[in-house]
Amino acid sequence: MKIENNAVAGTLESSDLQVAIEPIENGIELDITSSVMNQYGRQIKATVLETLERLEVTNAKVTIVDKGALDCTIKARVECAVFRSCGKSDKNLPWGGALK
Amino acid sequence: MKNAVGRDIPESLLTNGREVYQGKNYMDGKYMQKAAPKTRRYEKPQESKIVDSIVDALKAVGARSGMTFSFHHHLRNGDFVVNMVMQAAIEELGLDEITIAATSLGEAHDPVAQYIEDGKVVAIQTSGIRGKIGEVVSAGKLKTPAIIRSHGGRPRAIEAGEVHIDIAVVAAPTSDCVGNCRGIGGKSNCGSLGYAMTDAKYADHVIVVTDCLVDFPNMPASVEAIDVDAVVVVDSIGNPKKIASAAARISQNPRDLMMAENVAKVIASTPYFKDGFSFQTGVGGPSLAANLFLEQEMNKRGIKMGWAIGGICGPMVEMLKKGLVGKVIDVQDFDLDAVNSINQTPGHYEMSASQYANPANKGAFVNKLDFVVLAALEIDTGFNVNVLTGSDGVLRGAPGGHPDTAAGSKCCIIVTPLVRGRMATVCKNVVTVTTPGDCVDVLVTDYGIAVNPLRPDLIQCLDEAGIPHVTIESLQEKAYSLVGTPDDLEWEDKVVAVLEARDGTILDVVRKIKPVKL
Repeated sequence: MKIENNAVAGTLESSDLQVAIEPIENGIELDITSSVMNQYGRQIKATVLETLERLEVTNAKVTIVDKGALDCTIKARVECAVFRSCGKSDKNLPWGGALK
Repeated sequence: MKNAVGRDIPESLLTNGREVYQGKNYMDGKYMQKAAPKTRRYEKPQESKIVDSIVDALKAVGARSGMTFSFHHHLRNGDFVVNMVMQAAIEELGLDEITIAATSLGEAHDPVAQYIEDGKVVAIQTSGIRGKIGEVVSAGKLKTPAIIRSHGGRPRAIEAGEVHIDIAVVAAPTSDCVGNCRGIGGKSNCGSLGYAMTDAKYADHVIVVTDCLVDFPNMPASVEAIDVDAVVVVDSIGNPKKIASAAARISQNPRDLMMAENVAKVIASTPYFKDGFSFQTGVGGPSLAANLFLEQEMNKRGIKMGWAIGGICGPMVEMLKKGLVGKVIDVQDFDLDAVNSINQTPGHYEMSASQYANPANKGAFVNKLDFVVLAALEIDTGFNVNVLTGSDGVLRGAPGGHPDTAAGSKCCIIVTPLVRGRMATVCKNVVTVTTPGDCVDVLVTDYGIAVNPLRPDLIQCLDEAGIPHVTIESLQEKAYSLVGTPDDLEWEDKVVAVLEARDGTILDVVRKIKPVKL
């Protein structure tokens, strides 16, 4: 998917994360801050990259502020931000396809 | 060298006869030589010991660089006294090379972090270490490793002369002109002054700081004038709103209540649950709620509690007033109901930290405890508990009376949710061992109960009462399946804190954390 506009998903509540996504031209630029960085930083990075790959996002600046969210939450927030950035979050979401 | 809980203790710390932790009751029967303070004689009658300022008091007792200052934490997060005294000593008198030996330090003492960064405060000995002090010590900025002790380990270390207090500062809600102190009757009341008692007896010099001067004699005194050199009257010793909360309320959270109910069921299944039993509980959500369900179990069985100890709050005072518990003995008060009850409600007494929990004296209250209900930041599959370091390796807690009550009691129950946010409370290896697994008997979580295999007798009790339980390993696996397996923390070699077992051996060390950078 091609990131078209700036979009945000999620909150800064405990056990949630906020994902901000912006269009850029030259690959994936990822910035993560997390309250559980020392134990889960690498896993958060892997989950975000996997999710972007599954959605075929190849160019995006992604900023994550994590407050100890579980993997399922991280995936959902990243997916939502990507679909919002393309204006496709309101209907016909590919449940069972790109969205698992 | 590896100790009895499998922690690697650097040889460089094992000097002057210091040993690694060998298991509980290792020091039983050994003799110790008690230290004695060098105190000044006041033979000529004094009308008053009141001086004009903290600086004058420090001058009067000969405060110098390199001295050890002691403080107690009854004013909790409302305390102004540590900061006032340190400011006077460092900024007005220009002292440095200072050791702070406090019963606990918290967010109220954030300004002290700057004195650590400036190299003026070079050593910290405490139970609690939180807020900015925890952060700068974790970052390796204190010149020497902080020494962390339990509430019972501290009076032991003072009596053994391992901590020599040059100047003890007593934050007193009321004092008379010669230094008889009480925790009530003023405007910043805290109730018990139990942690200050050993300090006042063993310090070379004692300064009382109060914001409410009362007529002589202020009786019954918690800290007595016979040990006091100088009295300072200040505008305010603390913020009453942060010293004692309004009544500690019992949690309405259904998860807390479910765990609390299971705690009470476990207690009721043991042979120690009989008329006259003894009990301590923490003030955390599920621990405090255990009071409620315990009362129901007591009514069902038609029995009463003999006595309760601890940090005390309203719900326990309520049980005392209802006649459900015979006596409450108290080292610290957490809410106004408890503050207003100590030494007032018949059967509600004050005790010193040594009388509460010291493993080296001849009969601390913890040794007579049947049950203690405690919380945990982490507990591992060896039943070792961490209440000191966060899962990220930063100092932000306090052993407090946890290791003392766990070791002394017949049945120690840890109650904690299985996970907190993404943190697995039940884990493979705790970051820091503050209470060794051989002192912990039962774990109650929201996903099940586990009994320490060292206690087959308790396993049988639960089985006979039909209380389901699982292995602690299965709880740990459940936790990791929910939140993912955490990466191991990475450490530098530098030791930033030494965690002393209550008997004075070394239980664990905290090293400087190497933060993960992606």
